[in-house]
Amino acid sequence: MSLNIKDLPDEHLFTPGHTACPGCAAPIVVRNLMKVFGKDTIVYAPANCLLVFGGTYPYIAWKVPYLHEAFENTGACISGVKRAVKKLGKDSLVVGIAGDGGTYDIGIQALSGAAERNEDVIYVCYDNEAYMNTGIQRSGSTPFGAATTTTPVGKKIPGKTQNKKNMAEIMRAHEIPYMATMSIAYPKDFLRKAEKARDTRGFRYLHVFSPCPTGWRHDPALSIEMGRRAVESGMWTLYEAEYGRITDIYKPKRKIPVKEYIRDQGRFRHFTEEMVAKLQEYADHKWKQMYGSLPEEKPE
Amino acid sequence: MVVTGDYSAAYGALICDVDVVAAYPITPQTFIVEDFSEFVADGLTDAEFVKVESEHSAMSACIAAQAAGARTFTATASQGLALMHEMLFVAAALHLPIVMPVVNRTLAAPIGIWCEYNDTMPERDTGWLQVYCETNQEVLDMVIQSYKIGEHRDVMLPVMPSMDAFILSHTVEPVHAPSTDEVADFLPRYQPQAILDTSNPMTIGSFAPPEYIQEIRYQSEVTMQKAREVIQQVNDDFAQTFGRDYHGLIEEYRTDDADVVLITMGTVTGTAREVVDDMRREGKKVGLVKLRFFRPFPLQELRRVAENVEAMGVYDRAMSFGSGGPAFIETRHALYGLDIPVVNFLAGLGGRDVVKEDVRLMFEKTLKAAKEGRAENETVWIGTRGVKP
Repeated sequence: MSLNIKDLPDEHLFTPGHTACPGCAAPIVVRNLMKVFGKDTIVYAPANCLLVFGGTYPYIAWKVPYLHEAFENTGACISGVKRAVKKLGKDSLVVGIAGDGGTYDIGIQALSGAAERNEDVIYVCYDNEAYMNTGIQRSGSTPFGAATTTTPVGKKIPGKTQNKKNMAEIMRAHEIPYMATMSIAYPKDFLRKAEKARDTRGFRYLHVFSPCPTGWRHDPALSIEMGRRAVESGMWTLYEAEYGRITDIYKPKRKIPVKEYIRDQGRFRHFTEEMVAKLQEYADHKWKQMYGSLPEEKPE
Repeated sequence: MVVTGDYSAAYGALICDVDVVAAYPITPQTFIVEDFSEFVADGLTDAEFVKVESEHSAMSACIAAQAAGARTFTATASQGLALMHEMLFVAAALHLPIVMPVVNRTLAAPIGIWCEYNDTMPERDTGWLQVYCETNQEVLDMVIQSYKIGEHRDVMLPVMPSMDAFILSHTVEPVHAPSTDEVADFLPRYQPQAILDTSNPMTIGSFAPPEYIQEIRYQSEVTMQKAREVIQQVNDDFAQTFGRDYHGLIEEYRTDDADVVLITMGTVTGTAREVVDDMRREGKKVGLVKLRFFRPFPLQELRRVAENVEAMGVYDRAMSFGSGGPAFIETRHALYGLDIPVVNFLAGLGGRDVVKEDVRLMFEKTLKAAKEGRAENETVWIGTRGVKP
């Protein structure tokens, strides 16, 4: 029933030739989503990396109609496009693709409004845990302790002092027809959720964990690996919900310590044992929240 | 029908058969969204109404819908317009002929709900056409004309017809309402040249380097200049079809043999007409110019009037602090090199009434400036506690 990677069309609707950094997860997200969504799709991107690496006039990587207006309004813009399309007697799929800054922070109002109105659109958040496009500033999504250019590791304050906001749960609380969290490290799960979003009517929210080698300061070859370790450590959970009710949670076969997730990322390089413990506490809390209990400790 | 200015605006959207409305309520624009909600609820229109969570989203959704090929409508006032500020530039630069009535209301602080032009004046550089209305009939007629002007192939710009808070928005006046069929003959279906359509994919609003942006700015100026002619054409067509003539960018009243002329905007114009008649009966040769369009600004038209008078007064309902009233600043720019005194009058800020005595004082000060060949004070605050006019 669900799509396989080999079933995806060869044709790219988001084409090679864009200017994303090596190892960037965002084009992987976008390229594969578009293969599932198909040609009868209209895309909106607010201000984000995707807007910039997707093309500078007169070049563009998009093979579908594509609109940009501003930063904080993705929810409103996809609402406007969809209503017009409907009034003009068409049924194109309308998709907005925002970053975490555009979703967790400046865009949360328009997103919440569109979700509450149950607009017939798909909202995608590719979450790379900071304002990467403007030079790695903290966002509401940045995890505890991470170094960004606005949460630098100073003599007094070592990185971000707050935890990551639980945006997916905020969206689940909107009780929309469909919401899912995804990761590029789990392609089958990714495709199944994309397909499900495509085939559902009403407001759909897809939240994709999107490693950023430039901002996280890890080897570009490790992006997929970072996505996998995030899930295995409990720093990111793959689940989906319909009308607010969780219908599926992916539970990794093993739970790895947070230390294993952060060790190859420069943004956590300054971590003391105390900071590691604090982040571990966060991950454990999430794990318990999502899976009920922690796995029993086994001697190594 | 006998209706409020707000109803006139909503009714205008109805008979222009708009496709998509996205709006957020704000006093004193609320009746517009309420009235249109009733039209939708009663099945008088099958327009899509996006009841957004803010004005920023209202304008964002209108831009998106218009980019997808729909004729769109929204309305706002004051703080709401300020919240839209960012998006106004986008609508204009993307050449999307959205029509948005604005109810002129004072912009905080202090927070107030009555008439002042300090909401629309800061938006004069966004690339929107601006027209200030005097009556509820003019509000309705200018909604219709705004679509015709904005959607003209040589223009393709958004239009902001505005009306005075409460004085028009909440006051009923007799308004002749054309039928949807009559309007359909005058205003053909919207024929966009570039839209978001999956059968012909294109990008709208691309990231652009310096190699291209300056030309895009130049195009905005070219279309704004072309709008002058289109405004007159549409005015004349409208007058012929519906029998109401607003004379285009400005309307003159008893200016032919006038010694001095006062420039007014909005509802103060009605009061000023009476004052002109009173003073004419007293043998004083005064005339009036109703400044209708602020963008494009009637540079040639005002200059032509000024060439035959000895002094000009300019009424402003907003202040550009540290300079002067916006209408005054622009009028002086239009009159550059003409050696006549120009006096700026500030009155009615925050919604304070502007009465006949106030307008008479403006004329008398302008007459005095004409006689003396210079203005005693260039900026005169009328009816301000503790300030001698």
